[in-house]
Amino acid sequence: MSEMSNESTMVNNVIASSATRARRLNAEEIAEIEHEMELYPDKRAVGLEALKIVQKHQGWVSDESLLAIASYLDIPVADLEGVATFFNLVYRRPVGRKVILFCNSVSCWIMGCDSIKEQIEHRLGIDFGETSEDGDFTLVPVPCLGDCDRAPVMMVGDDLHRNLTPEKIDQIFEQYRKQLTADG
Amino acid sequence: MVTKPLTKNIDMSRPPLDIGAYEATDGYQSLQAIAKGLSPQDVLQLVKDSGLKGRGGAGFPTGMKWSFVPQGESSPQQKYFVVNADEMEPGTFKDRLLMEGDPHLLLEGIIIGAYTIQANISYIFLRGEYVASEQALNAAIAEARQRGYLGKNILGTGFDLDIIVHTSAGRYICGEETALLNALEGKRANPRAKPPFPQVSGLWGKPTIVNNVETVCNLPGILTYGIDWYHGLTKGNDHGTKLFGISGKVKTPGCWELPLGTTIREIIEDYGGGMRDGLSLRGFLPGGGSTDFMLPEHLDIKFDYDEVAKVGSRLATGTMILLDDQTCPVGMIGNLMKFFAHESCGYCTPCRDGLPWVDEIFRELEAGRGTEKDLEILHEHVDYLGPGRTFCALAPGATAPLGSGLKYFAEDFERHVKEQRCPYRR
Ligand SMILES: Cc1cc2nc3c(=O)[nH]c(=O)nc-3n(C[C@H](O)[C@H](O)[C@H](O)COP(=O)(O)O)c2cc1C
Ligand code: SF4
Ligand code: FES
Repeated sequence: MSEMSNESTMVNNVIASSATRARRLNAEEIAEIEHEMELYPDKRAVGLEALKIVQKHQGWVSDESLLAIASYLDIPVADLEGVATFFNLVYRRPVGRKVILFCNSVSCWIMGCDSIKEQIEHRLGIDFGETSEDGDFTLVPVPCLGDCDRAPVMMVGDDLHRNLTPEKIDQIFEQYRKQLTADG
Repeated sequence: MVTKPLTKNIDMSRPPLDIGAYEATDGYQSLQAIAKGLSPQDVLQLVKDSGLKGRGGAGFPTGMKWSFVPQGESSPQQKYFVVNADEMEPGTFKDRLLMEGDPHLLLEGIIIGAYTIQANISYIFLRGEYVASEQALNAAIAEARQRGYLGKNILGTGFDLDIIVHTSAGRYICGEETALLNALEGKRANPRAKPPFPQVSGLWGKPTIVNNVETVCNLPGILTYGIDWYHGLTKGNDHGTKLFGISGKVKTPGCWELPLGTTIREIIEDYGGGMRDGLSLRGFLPGGGSTDFMLPEHLDIKFDYDEVAKVGSRLATGTMILLDDQTCPVGMIGNLMKFFAHESCGYCTPCRDGLPWVDEIFRELEAGRGTEKDLEILHEHVDYLGPGRTFCALAPGATAPLGSGLKYFAEDFERHVKEQRCPYRR
């Protein structure tokens, strides 16, 4: 953004100078955001998409990223922050390499998800909202994952795991450890 | 004769049918009928005559909803057809099955709906966690576009349509149709005041229809096989089939397409296999977390909109959550209250402040610190958060299991207070 040409730019600059500086969006992020902009009549509408795109590339949405998106899409920072903080799956803090979305809604609760969660806590040493020391996993509660006939259910990254038992938890995370180690 | 129009192509042990295989089972026949001259008014009349009611929760007649969209020269030319695929109602797992199992059925339905209201753009508002649904839908959209079922001048009708999959990022309130529109516009997803209704002024102020995935999936069958066939499907008063689901401690939980009006007993015993050995049924929420409890004495009720309403609950999503005799009803309701408190959008005071208070009381009951006064406060909140008291239907939805639970499981609440512990915990 060059000049303080309109209201939203001004807001951006004020907050940018008092808080922190925008990072530069990389070419891939920009290309993906531009693609989304073709799908909506108004670039404001792409705010959430842009947050998700940046999160996909950076792992989470830092203040610097948020400022960059606000300025790129000409959205007041406060408005974009209002969107970012509204959604459960926009991470405004760093997360582990894999996010565990753990369903703790009603059907999973009936089917004993509390004991599954204890097993995860025990194995990875993390509670909801925490990241394991090695930076591999972050545990996040999520409302009903729409697989209640195969409860308890969780997602790890994009993978769904169903009919969980404490024994299965051990096997599943053993697998991910191997995978993450192999990926470096 | 087709008896399961929604799931006839679904077999989750293999990938969904590609467009060729889908066409081989009467797929996209309805578009041929449109190409041969079926007008938007004709389709609207068919959908009205079908008696189809919305499967997203409220059960509003689909044809009537569509008829509110202004048409003609003087109406806004840009209109939108939006599919509500945000499925986040606790205990609900039906739309995912349709999208992952047979994405072309949904696309065909969207084309029918969009054609009827003359919308050139359709957004599918999809839950962000439904990664497999997103992939299935985008693959199917690419196929349909190649076939000329999407894009410009579809099958020579002069009608243009694009379908865009919008993935959300996890917030239950986005399923409320006006909050959904704000979310699509890139705003914080608080609900909007009604009127104006979205049919008149919706997305970016243009006439907009919002329909549930399962509702839309009913449309191809109605056009392809006709009204008489559609009316022959039901066993009750409402028309068509419905996806019915069971979660909880039955022998074989699952989701099945059955005629509306099938008895609840049949669904639980014949399809769900009955309760697991050693357990008996205490009660159930018939259509997701926002419905009133029903009891074993209601098992012989025909599962359709009116019959369920007669015993004070709602069919809503048709996915039942079963409470067995060894699971604590207070714990179950407490779990739901935690969900609703977390998902309150914060816009209006009774919901924003009331639900966390309710949630807190459940935690006190659970921890063995509940008092008689707490139970009184819970009863009061059934009223304070009830229909008409809040800006949208989220909080009233929370009062459904709360109010009915306080009534049907009063003894369990009392025991938590008297014994200062959860009596179900060993
Ligand atoms: C808090 C809340 C959440 C909702 N979530 C959904 C949802 O996830 N999917 C859905 O189809 N309808 C949902 N609804 C109902 C919609 O507002 C709307 O009535 C429905 O999408 C209309 O579609 P239909 O007429 O085809 O049933 C929700 C309503 C409320 C109040
Ligand atoms: S009832 Fe709850 S969810 Fe609905 S507008 Fe009010 S605060 Fe938001
Ligand atoms: S309650 Fe966990 S998947 Fe539905």
